[in-house]
Amino acid sequence: MQFWATVLLDGLTYASYLFIVSLGLTIIFGVMKILNVAHGSFYAWGAYTAAFAIGFITDNELSEALFLPAILISAILVGVVLGYVIERFILRKMYNQDIHLIVLATFGVFLIFEDLIIITFGVDPYLPYQPAMMLGWVDIVGLNRGVYQLTLILLASIVAFACWYGLTKTKWGKLLQSVIYDREISVAMGIDVTKVYVVTFIGGAILGALGGAYVAPTTSVSPGFAIDLVVLSFAVVVIGGMGSIPGALIGSLIVGILRAFAVHQAPILELFVVFAVMAIVLIIRPEGLFAPPKPRKI
Amino acid sequence: MEIKIFNKTTKIASASMLVASCLFAGAAMAKDTVKVGVVSFLTGPAAGVFGVPAKQGAQIVIDAINNGTMPAPYNTQGFAGAKMNPVFSDESGGGTKQVGLFRDFVEKQKVDAMIGYISSGNCMAIGPIADELKMLTVFSTCGTPRLYEEKLRSHVFRTQANAVGDSLAAARYIVDMYPNEKNYTGINQNYAWGQDSYKFFELGMKQMSPDSKGSDKPQFPKLFVGQYGTEISALSLDKAKVVHSSFWNGDIEAFTLQAMVRGFFQKKIFVSSVGGSAVDALGKKFPDGIVMGTRGNVGLLARDNKDPLNLWFIGEYKKRFNALPLGPSYQYARSILAYKFAMDKAMKKAGKFPTQDQVIAAMKNIKFKSFTETISMARGGGHQAVHSVGYGLTKYNKKGKTPGAEKVKMYGPECIYPPAGTKSEDWINAGMPGAKCK
Repeated sequence: MQFWATVLLDGLTYASYLFIVSLGLTIIFGVMKILNVAHGSFYAWGAYTAAFAIGFITDNELSEALFLPAILISAILVGVVLGYVIERFILRKMYNQDIHLIVLATFGVFLIFEDLIIITFGVDPYLPYQPAMMLGWVDIVGLNRGVYQLTLILLASIVAFACWYGLTKTKWGKLLQSVIYDREISVAMGIDVTKVYVVTFIGGAILGALGGAYVAPTTSVSPGFAIDLVVLSFAVVVIGGMGSIPGALIGSLIVGILRAFAVHQAPILELFVVFAVMAIVLIIRPEGLFAPPKPRKI
Repeated sequence: MEIKIFNKTTKIASASMLVASCLFAGAAMAKDTVKVGVVSFLTGPAAGVFGVPAKQGAQIVIDAINNGTMPAPYNTQGFAGAKMNPVFSDESGGGTKQVGLFRDFVEKQKVDAMIGYISSGNCMAIGPIADELKMLTVFSTCGTPRLYEEKLRSHVFRTQANAVGDSLAAARYIVDMYPNEKNYTGINQNYAWGQDSYKFFELGMKQMSPDSKGSDKPQFPKLFVGQYGTEISALSLDKAKVVHSSFWNGDIEAFTLQAMVRGFFQKKIFVSSVGGSAVDALGKKFPDGIVMGTRGNVGLLARDNKDPLNLWFIGEYKKRFNALPLGPSYQYARSILAYKFAMDKAMKKAGKFPTQDQVIAAMKNIKFKSFTETISMARGGGHQAVHSVGYGLTKYNKKGKTPGAEKVKMYGPECIYPPAGTKSEDWINAGMPGAKCK
């Protein structure tokens, strides 16, 4: 009982972390058909900005209640600024280009922003542990759990619900689904696709930054720390289906829980299981488990 | 007639060239500067707490030697009289990239020597190339024992002892301080350094405490992965109380943070062979009572050492960088000292500025004074250093507001390294014959 509960909780925590980041990636792909390698930059900048804000609060002995708002504001700030700049000045000029060129462009952006991090924040690691320390730990099935890490599950649930509600219950969500389904028809129907693109990209960027900002208090924020996450997020998106929001959720859960099981039972297979699942999905269903349907054009 | 004149001129020119080439063949030209590539992580997760402090340590010693302000026994100016012109380079990017950069240093930049390298993976990649290109290379920090146990190297030296001593000293400390703890496990990075470190810790525990038992599920997460929640759960569920780790860079800091907020260190005896950087980074928040090593008598464990050279180094480092030197600072500075020692020795023997071959010959088997002890290049055919390795329990010094350690034990090289010419694994499995531990 303790073992299975631990695996489940570990898996859920890890899946939550993956879901928040890969959701942004898959939304951007779903709407804009862009495989955004620069997504790792949003994550890294979100983490650094949150670390800086937490450091500022701590150094100036401000209220600890400001930690959470600081994390959220950091994510929004990074998402809006970087998302707008990249979409407006780089991607918008490339929408008619070959998809591979756009991937290369986003890779270039990723490298540039990695260097900008070093210029802005230096190479010393940031350890903004105060929010995680503040919340302490609780005992769950005989094992101590950091409360802060557990709140990640809550955050992912809120993000998933908000995403579902926004897409299915709001006018804006229906417009977005229309663009996902067919861009040309959407334009013909009078939807301002350019506006949809910029809002979508900023939304995806905020999610990427939120992942980094929220994880910052649990890790060493240092140059290059986003690279592994980008690779794992791509695995999640490939498993779930490029552009599928339920796919990102299921993909994250599959990766999170299988990885947790491997770490507990056969640690040496930790990474193997993740990429083995990805390979199997690619063989059996190359478009991913929940890829959105594509219209057939005549 | 014209032909005669031409012949005469040609003869004079040829004779002059012959004399000159004889002169230069016998000895390298006296030089004002030696150009040396110094490689450490300047970007990426290993830069902040490893690569940059390493560079800073090297820079202090290089400047002091260039200016002739270094204390004895390094108080003569220069390297065989020449000033060092260091070219600092970033170690990140992996072995393939580093091999390319190394070739560039040798073939295009025409350096006189290469010093540095932190990652064991990079050292394993660079070692064969250094021999192939016949470039004197002094590794400063990397620790995999495979470097010399798989093959002796002609042009490669390492002034840092290998991981065998770090792991055996950790096992000795556990056996000495916690004799009743019989179960152990580990969390180590999944590459040469991490695997070797745990392997030798496990081999050591089997020999020193024959009734101890290693976990069948030690953890080997990927390097720089940064998230260890699941691994901490798995280690917590494991009945083993002793947890060995050779984590370094941002990984040890991330692990420490995530384990701290789960009360992990209150329940386990955590043995970190190289986590000194995290102790300094977290300061008073770092838990007391962690078994901490620094890969020698350096960094955290050398703070109270009163050797004049050590006091000078700590003082200069604080003055210049407003921080205390970490393990890598010492390790890189130590490589520079070894290079100066060999250069000066070679020049003394040759009576003129030495050639590379003379420096290599001079560096073999040297015993050179380092900051806290004399280090012998006594293994790997005279190319591999051995030195003492210490462990202690972390203890924050509230009065001095600096991280420190208590109950420190130093294990001498004769206790934790096999005799020259013996493979570490064979020596340990044979019961470590001849080991002398105080």
